[in-house]
Amino acid sequence: MRFKVLALGAAISTLLAAPAHAQISDNVVRIGVLTDLSGLYSDLSGPGSVLATQMAIDDFVAKEKPSFKIEMVTADHQNKADIASNKAREWFERDKVDIASELVTTSVGLAVQKIAKEKNKIALNTATASTRITNEDCNDVTIHWTYDTYALASGTARAIVKQGGKSWYFVTADYAFGHSLEKDASEIVKASGGTVVGAVRHPFPGNDFSSYLLRAQGSGAQVIGLANAGGDLINTIKQAAEFGVSQKQSLAGLLMFISDVHSLGLNLTQNMYLTEGFYWDLNDETRAWSKRFFEKQKRMPTMIHAGQYSAITHYLKAVKATGSDDTQKVLTQMRKTRVNDFFAKNGEIREDGRMVHDMYLLQVKKPSESKAPWDYYHVRATIPGAEAFQPLSASRCPLIKKS
Amino acid sequence: MRARYILLILLGIAAPFFIYPTFLMKILCFALFATAFNLLLGFGGLLSFGHAAFFGGAAYICATASKDWGLTPELSILIGGLYAGTLGALFGWLAVRRSGIYFAMITLALAQLIFFLALQLPFTGGEEGIQGVPRGRLLGLVDLSDNVAMYFFVLAVCCAGFWLIHRTIHSPFGNALTAIRENEARAISLGYDVSRYKLLAFILSATIAGVAGALKALVFQLATLTDVHWHMSGQVVLMTLVGGLGTIFGPAVGAITIVSLENQLADRVGSWVTVIMGFMFVFCVLLFRRGIVGEFNAWRAARRNVGSAAVSSDAR
Amino acid sequence: MSTQALLSQLLLGLINGSFYAILSLGLAVIFGLLNIINFAHGALYMVGAFCALLAMRWLGIGYWGALVIAPLVVGALGVVIERLMLRRLYQLDHLYGLLLTFGLALIAEGFFRWSFGITGESYPVPAELHGGVDIGIMYLPLYRAWVVVASLVVCVATWYLIDRTSLGARLRAATERPRLTQALGINVPVLVTATYAAGVALAAYAGVLAAPILQVNPLMGSNLIIVVFAVVVIGGMGSILGSIVTGLGLGLLEGLTKVFYPEASAVVIFVIMVMVLLVRPAGLFGKAA
Repeated sequence: MRFKVLALGAAISTLLAAPAHAQISDNVVRIGVLTDLSGLYSDLSGPGSVLATQMAIDDFVAKEKPSFKIEMVTADHQNKADIASNKAREWFERDKVDIASELVTTSVGLAVQKIAKEKNKIALNTATASTRITNEDCNDVTIHWTYDTYALASGTARAIVKQGGKSWYFVTADYAFGHSLEKDASEIVKASGGTVVGAVRHPFPGNDFSSYLLRAQGSGAQVIGLANAGGDLINTIKQAAEFGVSQKQSLAGLLMFISDVHSLGLNLTQNMYLTEGFYWDLNDETRAWSKRFFEKQKRMPTMIHAGQYSAITHYLKAVKATGSDDTQKVLTQMRKTRVNDFFAKNGEIREDGRMVHDMYLLQVKKPSESKAPWDYYHVRATIPGAEAFQPLSASRCPLIKKS
Repeated sequence: MRARYILLILLGIAAPFFIYPTFLMKILCFALFATAFNLLLGFGGLLSFGHAAFFGGAAYICATASKDWGLTPELSILIGGLYAGTLGALFGWLAVRRSGIYFAMITLALAQLIFFLALQLPFTGGEEGIQGVPRGRLLGLVDLSDNVAMYFFVLAVCCAGFWLIHRTIHSPFGNALTAIRENEARAISLGYDVSRYKLLAFILSATIAGVAGALKALVFQLATLTDVHWHMSGQVVLMTLVGGLGTIFGPAVGAITIVSLENQLADRVGSWVTVIMGFMFVFCVLLFRRGIVGEFNAWRAARRNVGSAAVSSDAR
Repeated sequence: MSTQALLSQLLLGLINGSFYAILSLGLAVIFGLLNIINFAHGALYMVGAFCALLAMRWLGIGYWGALVIAPLVVGALGVVIERLMLRRLYQLDHLYGLLLTFGLALIAEGFFRWSFGITGESYPVPAELHGGVDIGIMYLPLYRAWVVVASLVVCVATWYLIDRTSLGARLRAATERPRLTQALGINVPVLVTATYAAGVALAAYAGVLAAPILQVNPLMGSNLIIVVFAVVVIGGMGSILGSIVTGLGLGLLEGLTKVFYPEASAVVIFVIMVMVLLVRPAGLFGKAA
């Protein structure tokens, strides 16, 4: 008799206990970080993003003491869509990874979000630029976190035109990211009362930009808009200096990271305007976090690193809150809650997947104004999220129903 | 001999239940690619440095056929193969007038033209490539999005490809090809139209390489620039060399080796993969010219005390 | 497109062309005299550039020193490669030489890639060559003008050495009739090794010239190698003069293409190669095979 009661009791308690555990597949949340570990974009993303993710996981475990385990897997996609795509597929099909994150390089981001949709997993894009992610290619498993080409253009291009740089010539990286940045920037330039004199596309990645710079010089435009990033941007600026471009024209780095400014030095970049989603020296909170990052990485974080930390933390909180790693449940939770951390105040995730938060208009200091390494920027303005990002009304995303 | 083939096929049928099917499919596609390539190199004596044009180009064509035209997989692959064959005829006609290094250089140059087209033409999608290619329903019936179903389809196509190459090698055509490779002047003096044989071999090799590429596009559901890059042409040379030039199974063994190596090492050692590949090239060329299968055959023949010349193809 | 724009692009093209010339020169020397297809040429050019970089970082040796040191170091490497490895392949099909050097290129690239990553390191323009002059059609950086001079001088000197001196004659004799030349008392193996070493030293020299312009990165060679091959094949694989002229011509052609259809500038060389090989199979200046 007692045995039967005990057995019944055991059965009932297992029944009650089971659902909570069964909801997080084998009680492990696996986070994939798919980035460029050794190539063109490795300084602005790469190992720093891996570190940021690890920090996010460690901090979360220490603070929230979750009942589930968290694992991180990383891979180097070498900026190739096929490597990224195959890795994501392997992760989702074979390795039970729940979320693919970071995804720097537009072709990678676009490829992985398709695979994520197919396999019903989350694509958390904290590193890519193109607005296509939340427009033409949007889907309901993708979140675009840190910045996008519209926000960049809206900050930088607008500011420069207001300063008097009215005629523009673009030097563009010939792939989706470059095209996207050029397009968004052109539109903002024209809307602000400027003109676009011409554009030239260079192969991605490029190495010798002299002939493109020559064309830009020949165009007579006041501003040469650089719609490329990372190593390409650095080379273009260096070679522009070689060819005496800044004697008559100014350069606009439409996507510039603090790591680029660090590589180039203030001599070559002083007075340039740029828009970023984060600066380590903004306030005490950002300084505190960045100091911890610096201790391990020996470099100050870029907005991608900070964004990655913020995004992963938000994801983990959502997993804990729902007690599940089911894709749609977690995403719903993520969209419901606001993002409030050192990276974004009152950030919100819209239906098109865009995480909207404040951006910052920055200007590079002159060498005499900088007191220490990484002290590079004046903060000229804070652009509120609603203004910085493309409004939903202009969205080309099929998920947004137009009334 | 027949027992060996049956064993292999049985292994092939059992494999997807133990090993990650996508990985196996990748091996099969490359094995077919390498075997097709070997037809030209090992048996025809012609080193083509531009086979990626057939492999990758067919991948693009098949991807477009499946995604934009909505064709069923077997039709998409057929069209991919047709493209490769046609291109093979054109390239082959241009290239076979020359031999040796000039032949290799012409094929490289022509492949670069294809690479350029792949980069610039709108339908290929440039850096992104063609993504989200649907696998479709085989003959309108079998849904291939299931990995195991797709695997068996790939296995079937590859077996068909191997069989075709095998028959070609052991046919009078194949013998003539070998004769031309070993002594072209003598073959001419015997009345063989050498250019025609070379051209036919080229076309066949290109077509099957194209089929392999088209298959791969469906397996991974994308076609990108990597498939038409000259590094891909170099990779298939390596696979053939490592496996054994002029042996039937050599290229497949080479493909298995290289793909597995890349898979295991890429995550762990990053750039060392390239170094290891380089060492393999060097090692094979200097000391291991017959490749894995070639060495194995030689060893077996020596054991049986039979003259090795008849069994394996010697390095020239 | 204004004349000014056209001229300035052509000038830029000429600069690139002199660069192609010096790079393909080494390759042409090696193939013309040794019948080896040196696929490692691009990688050794890259090693030359890294030599310059490391010489600066580790030994504090600047650009001018590097122009001497890098070719010496890479030349020594060439001696090792030839004696240990290439020597065994001479009696085999040419293609094995190609495959071996291809493997060597992979090793070099992978190693440097692992050590340095792909981003590339910057190497400064030497102080004496900073700045530029406004020559009307464009602002010409002094360093780029120097590249033209430095390349052409070495190209002409090499051509003269091989085609017009007795050393060159011996070299050519050794290639065409090794046994006979050996019988005449000339040490053929040493000549062969020296030739390979000299050829790759030329590549390293080009690498040092390139370092201040491009980022010094492990892939710089592999981006160039097939272009360089095309130049040599078009020029005529045995012809030194052919590769110099073709290199310059290609630079000009690329410059022209960049004016009208920039995206095609990477592929125009291959179109030319196919056309030339169909019409003149041995190349523009080559001797019939």
